[in-house]
Formats: sequence, C-alpha cells, structure tokens
Amino acid sequence: MVYSFRGGIHPGTHADPGYKAATNTKPIEKLALPDKVILPVSMHIGAPAKPIVSVGDTVDLGQPVAEAGGFVSAPVHATVSGKVTAVAPMLHPNGSKVLSVVIENDGEDRPHESVHPYDFASMSNEERIECIRSAGIVGHGGATFPTHVKIQSGIGKCDTVIINAAECEPYITSDHRLLLERPEEVIGGLKMLADIMGVPNAIIAIEENKADVFPGIEKLIADDPRLKLYPLKCKYPQGAEKQLINACTGREVPSGKLPADAGCAVFNVDTAGAVYRRFTTGMPVIRRIVTVSGSAVAEPKNLEVRIGTQVEKLIDACGGFKEAPNKLLMGGPMMGVAQFSLEIPIFKGTNAFLCFAGEEDKRVEDPKCIRCGKCIGACPMHLLPMYMNVYGKQDDLDNAAECGMMDCIECGSCAYVCPARIPLVAQFRLTKGKIQAQRMAAKAKADAEKAKAEAEKAAADAEKK
Amino acid sequence: MYDLSKVVVTSSPHIKAEDDTRSLMLDVLIALIPALAVAVFTFGPRALVLTVISMVACAVFETIYNKIVGQANTVSDLSCFVTGVLIAFNIPVAAPWWMPVFGSLFGIIVVKMLFGGIGKNFMNPALGARAFMMASWPALMTTWLIPHAQNLPLFGNVTVTDAISGATPLAALKAGTLPEGVSLLDMLLGQTGGVIGETSALALIAGGLYLLYRKVITINIPAAYILTVAVITFIFPMGGQPRLMWMLSQVLSGGLMLGAIFMATDYVTSPVTAKGQIVFGVGCGLLTVFIRYFGGLPEGVSYSILIMNTLVWAIDKATHPRKFGYALEKKKEAQ
Repeated sequence: MVYSFRGGIHPGTHADPGYKAATNTKPIEKLALPDKVILPVSMHIGAPAKPIVSVGDTVDLGQPVAEAGGFVSAPVHATVSGKVTAVAPMLHPNGSKVLSVVIENDGEDRPHESVHPYDFASMSNEERIECIRSAGIVGHGGATFPTHVKIQSGIGKCDTVIINAAECEPYITSDHRLLLERPEEVIGGLKMLADIMGVPNAIIAIEENKADVFPGIEKLIADDPRLKLYPLKCKYPQGAEKQLINACTGREVPSGKLPADAGCAVFNVDTAGAVYRRFTTGMPVIRRIVTVSGSAVAEPKNLEVRIGTQVEKLIDACGGFKEAPNKLLMGGPMMGVAQFSLEIPIFKGTNAFLCFAGEEDKRVEDPKCIRCGKCIGACPMHLLPMYMNVYGKQDDLDNAAECGMMDCIECGSCAYVCPARIPLVAQFRLTKGKIQAQRMAAKAKADAEKAKAEAEKAAADAEKK
Repeated sequence: MYDLSKVVVTSSPHIKAEDDTRSLMLDVLIALIPALAVAVFTFGPRALVLTVISMVACAVFETIYNKIVGQANTVSDLSCFVTGVLIAFNIPVAAPWWMPVFGSLFGIIVVKMLFGGIGKNFMNPALGARAFMMASWPALMTTWLIPHAQNLPLFGNVTVTDAISGATPLAALKAGTLPEGVSLLDMLLGQTGGVIGETSALALIAGGLYLLYRKVITINIPAAYILTVAVITFIFPMGGQPRLMWMLSQVLSGGLMLGAIFMATDYVTSPVTAKGQIVFGVGCGLLTVFIRYFGGLPEGVSYSILIMNTLVWAIDKATHPRKFGYALEKKKEAQ
C-alpha cells in the first residue's frame, strides 16, 4: 500500500520527477572545515539563545556558546574549536541582522569535555529529554521547532511517532542520502524517540522515489514490532506535517491545533539522526547535510557541513557558478527563502541551498486569473486560493478568512500550478498579516473595554460602601 | 567573489508548472480539431472558411479594443481564437460570412472586453454571440442543409433549394417523434443537419477526452450535464417513444456534446469548486431538457448554459469545500 493525501502537485518533468536527478546519486561529501563559523542565536522558533562566551574566549568543538533563552528555545554550540572573534549582529538567512557568535577555527577540531556518550537505557525520561534539550536539537526539516518541547508536550497525548522522510521539496536529496548511507542513525533515533514518548507505533514514512533506501531500512526495523515503513506517494507537499499525518493515519489535525491533538508527533529524518548521535557520541548539533543544486551551480552536490559555515564556501566546493545566478534560495524551491548574499551561514534548518540561472520563476507582468480552478484542486488544505486572492486584493478580510486564509500553510502548490502565474502566496502572506493585525486590534479593544468596565464597577462598588 | 548582480528576491514558490494560459487555450484549440475535421468533411470547405473568418474577426476586434483603451494586446493568450472557433461552430454552414463577424464583434467587445477581458466576463462570449445572432437573424441561424450538399460557394451567399435543405434531428424530437432517416450512428459521426460544430458527438467526445487527458478540464461538468439529460429523458420519454432510443437521440443530437464539453466548461463562466461544477452541470441539464420539452425553441443548450453562467458566483459561494481539519471540530461541537 502507498499512502497519500488529497490535493497537491507533481513538480518536475517526466524524465526528472522532483528535479532530484542532479544530486540523488551523489554520496555525501564532507566539506573542509571553514576558517570561521557564524552562529546566530536564533536558529530555532522561540526565544533567542543568550551568548555565554565573550570575544577572545577559546572554545572547543561542541561547547555551548549560547544558552536557551526560555522553555521554547534551544542552546547553540561551537561547531569548530577556536577563538571567539565577535559577538555581534550578522546577516541572517531571514534577511535581517541577528546577534551571532563568530568563531575563528584553529583547525584542531578539539572536542569539548562535555562531549561523551550517554547510556540511553539507564537514563530516566527526564534525563533523556534534558539531554536532547541541552544538545540544541530542533526540527531539522526547516521549521526548527525545539524538539524537547515537541516531545514534552506530546507525551501522553500521542500514540504515534512519525519520521518525516517524505522529502517532497524538489531538488533536495540530503535526507535521501542520509537514509541511504547512514540508516542506522535515523532508525536508532526513531527507536529512542518511541521509547521516550512511550508510543506503540513508530512510523518512518518515505516517498516512493527513494525506494532504494527501503531494503536498508527494512533490515533495521525487522526486530522491533513498533517500527513500520510506510511508502508514500510521490507528491508535494507530502512532507507537510498535517498532510503526512493524514496520509499515514487518516487523521486530520484540527484547524489551529497541533499534531499532538491528532495523537501524532512528527520528526524530521535528520532530527532523529541528531537524537541518535547525541546519545551515542554525546555530540550536540554541529553539522548539517546540505544539497547544493540548481541550474546555476557548476557541480551540484550533497555536502556535510558544520553549522555556521558561510554559503560561499559551499558554492566554492561545488565549482562555483556556471552561469550568473538570478535566484539564491535557502531551502527548497517551493517554500525556500530567497537570499541576496552568500555570506549568510548554514543554520540548523538548512537542508538545501539552490541557485537558479534560468526561467524557473516564470514571473509575468499583470497576471490575469482565468478562473481555471487548478489552484483549488492543488490545495492540500482544501481551501479556495482563487477566491482568497480576489478577497485579499480587495482587503475583504472576512470573506478571505471564510475561504480559508488562516488555514493556508503557504506550501505554494496553488501558485505553482497557476497558468496565469499569479503570485498567490505573496498575496496570502500580506492578507494574513492584515487579518492578524485586525484580530489583535479587536482583542486589544475588547480587553480595554473589559478593563474599563471593571474599573467602573469597582468605582461604583467603592461608592456604595 | 561571485557575480550576484542579477539576483532578485521574491516570495516563494520559486518554480512554476509548464502549463500557462496560452498552452491551455492551445490545448482547447487542438481538442476542437476533430469536430472541425468532421464539419469540413460533412459540410465542405465552406465550414473551414467560416471558422477562419470568425477566428480572425475575434483577434482583430480584441486587438482594436486593446489599442483603443491603451493596454497590452491580449491576443497572444489565444483565448479569442477559442471564442472564434466556437462562434463558427454555433452557426449553420449556410450562414453568410458577415454573420460570424458581427457575432465576434458582440462576443469579444460586449461580452468579453467591456467586462475587463479574459477572466472577467460573466457570460461565455461565444454563447453570448450565439444568442445575439439568434435574436438578430433567426431565419439565417436556422437554415439547415443536408450533409454533403454539393457546390456550396466558399464565400458567397448560399442559395438554399429544397434539394439541399434538411431538418435537424432536434426538430423531430421537439414534435415528440424520433428523427426519421437518421440513425444513431449518423449522429455519432455527424452525418445530420445542424450547426457547423455540433453534429458529430464522437468527434466532440474525442476532443473532450483529450482535454481530460491533458487535465485542462475535469469531468465534473460534462458528466453531470450529460447524465442529467440522459436520466430525465430516459425517465420521461415524449410521445410514448421507446425510452432508450429516445434518450440516446436526445443525448447525441443538437448542441449537447458541444455545449457540455466545450461551452459549459469555459473556465471563466463555470464554478471552480468540484461540488459547484456538479451543481452547474445538473442545472444546465435540467434547463436543457426543460427548454427542449416545453420551450419555444427546439434547442436549449446555449440558453441553459447562459442562464447558469449568471449563477456561477452564487454557486461557488454555496459550495465551499470542507477545509482540511474542520470535520473534527464540527463533530466535537455537535457532541
């Protein structure tokens, strides 16, 4: 049986579905250690981490350089050994400058004293979760939600752990190569996550285009009845959390709720790998596998790089550009964030860096909707993108919300299929912001009125007395 | 250092599908070829001449309109050519050459461009043109020739003699009788009287299958439309006719196939939700049978679709699909 969901798209060509052919047979290559790494304190969703080192300090590999700034937060570790040369705002992939710890590499790659293997079996659940938290593990699929929060909020509510190995974003093959070359890391991590969360079902869900990894995975899961391999239909956005849960379990995460409300906890392939590496080697999150691809790249590759490595080094390793790029993307082509500089660092959620030189974007002046309805068929959330666009443009926020604006996951399927090339997702982001602002203003007003009424009542009561 | 001078920053997604408006319209034109080929075979090269005149007229009027209002020419999206073919497909082969020109003028300028051009018109331009021509030249619009009438002039007016004039199967059906001398096979192959593009059900279905294969249209509207007509005519045959024959004659005659496959599926003037498309198709089917049975005209396809066109936004609004993640909430609320 092949699992799937309703809606979605099939990017790519017949000869090259998903545009993955450039790198899906390329073994992971270790990138030479960079001269310096830039470690932003915000590489996760939640409160920024707080730097605990100063300029001039000598740090070791895996040493914490910033501690978590709250419960929903994650620490940051040195990804090379060397000297701290700056603790200052640096350009971040989000386009702004973010406080970052800059370390000059001394080339020794000297592990920190805190890095030692753990005995997973003898640890209590609290110790295990703390061990994951202190390793700075976050969702490596791109959303970068701190893993310990997901585990803690899911225990008792979840009966299923799913490893998201869909890798449905076109061009990206980093998860694919990890599953093929080091499946024991992923399955080991899955077992640990299932143990911690105490669930009877532990699923690894993989799109069919990666069938070459199935034999290796099947061998590893054979001895544990909790573990199951679910082949997924090759379709975007199969790896979107809600769609993946729906495909694997038939459940729907209710609108505005979390996967735990559908009894599921979903972890990325590399997140599971990071959990496994933490317990078996003690090493916190220091590296990423990054697919460098796209029509501008001379020699596309899958690179294993230290977090904080500047993108320019990856491009160098891929032989530079064969053509001047017109688009630089952190992440995949469907949801990746466009960049304007190669000085930005690889961060915990980076699974790909793509450079395009061709007409991939197909932008047009003055696009005209022909009401073909293809966007509606493609929407994995079963919304009405065409009408969301119409109402959004008119600032008719109520009708836009009625058509599903706030349930939009911005996967881009609608804009991908649009024959008129309407920038639907861009419009939705704009309108979502307006709806949020309106709701916040309404709430503020209601709160103020409530406070005023209470104050008046208190005054009246006081008078009575 | 790398050359980043060409780099632009835009919102995701950063790749798009190959199909654009132009390629979709080209697919529709390709899908119309079998019906055109049958028309030329049945009615002679005059059918082709009228079709080309109509296509050229539509492109010229759209260009002139764009020039006058000072906007970029939209002819390259090919939608005006689809309108052109469909206008020609909706006139009899005996019609004078200037009639589709006036039809195009009305369809393109009044129905399409004055409402804002592609995507903004609320009625199907070709059907608007047909209604306009029916109102203006009712006699010319209902002058039917027998198939393979000889010596039709390419451009000049057709002198209609008894020898070449013939009735359409619909005229017989209107009277509650099965068409005489026209077999179901004739209707499938288009060997009957009728407007240029409607006669061969088989050629139109072939075009429809191509559109389905290319995912230009979904099956919802044509299936709902044709099935509705089939079911009602099967249940209520007129004049005590045998049900099956009556139903098949109704389904295969007149403009039903052309309307259901190529006119009712016009993107701009049909619903975008799946449920809405079915409602729309059923509505078209009900109205078609209603007009065929009780109306003053033998054919009801074009007016049915035009009437349903005006309801599209209301149908869409009433048929919002269930959003992902909302079923559970409703159940909870009910508890």
